[in-house]
Amino acid sequence: MGRPPAMVWHGDAELPKSDLIVLPGGFSYGDYLRSGAMAAHSPVMREVIKRAKGGTPVLGICNGFQVLTEAGLLPGVLMRNSTLKFICKDVHLKVERNDTLYTSQYAKNEVVTFPIAHKDGSYFADEATLDRLEGEGQVAFRYCAANGKITEAANPNGSRHNIAGVYNETRTVLGLMPHPERLADAALGGTDGTKMFLSLVERLN
Amino acid sequence: MKARITITLKPGVLDPQGKAIAGALHALGFGQVGDVRQGKFIELDVAENDPKKAEAEIKRMCEQLLANTIIENYAYELEAA
Repeated sequence: MGRPPAMVWHGDAELPKSDLIVLPGGFSYGDYLRSGAMAAHSPVMREVIKRAKGGTPVLGICNGFQVLTEAGLLPGVLMRNSTLKFICKDVHLKVERNDTLYTSQYAKNEVVTFPIAHKDGSYFADEATLDRLEGEGQVAFRYCAANGKITEAANPNGSRHNIAGVYNETRTVLGLMPHPERLADAALGGTDGTKMFLSLVERLN
Repeated sequence: MKARITITLKPGVLDPQGKAIAGALHALGFGQVGDVRQGKFIELDVAENDPKKAEAEIKRMCEQLLANTIIENYAYELEAA
């Protein structure tokens, strides 16, 4: 993408100057207590929260999304999948809006394929929060059928309103359970995730 | 002091693990079992002898880390160690 990344350790207290902060997926602290709960308090997060509040874009993928909700940077919480199973498969997602830093290269309502790989991905927020998210256009991605229909059958984990990803109020912080980076090269079997990173490169110039 | 902290899911929050436990109990013949909710129990020692101060600290621990108050309630008991 022509933008060199800098890796930062969770125990570091400082971050280099960055156009974008990414909290990747994986597992942190063995998912003990609640997924992302302990990582949300790791030393580096103090600086991440400060930067996010100052307007620096922050992207959290999978465990990164869980960390962002636990850190209070995004609303809601990711709970155990309703199936109780670890789910690893490609899913269809609907891109809710294409006027954000992360989605400008997609079409509005475009159906894309990203993989999911999680056990705690069931998005929960209370009714008042869900109403606010819907009203303010903070839903980023929804699990959908191949034709774009938002159905119960297309919801892999019991997420409220089929929510797979949400923005903060300013849409600078995005968290999502699916992995765009895992289908971002033809060699990986698909390129639907590439546009998210192309959007960021274009918008952060 | 010793603190015994109980963390439970708020009413209305789906608990698929509780449902699975209920199903297993039914399969064992415990047909009288109704709704099952699973929570967490945490026991910890605090180096603090003043119950008021210990309580304030436990509360902060629950709010900051031990419970996620979006989905969970917490309760605690304190006892002299």
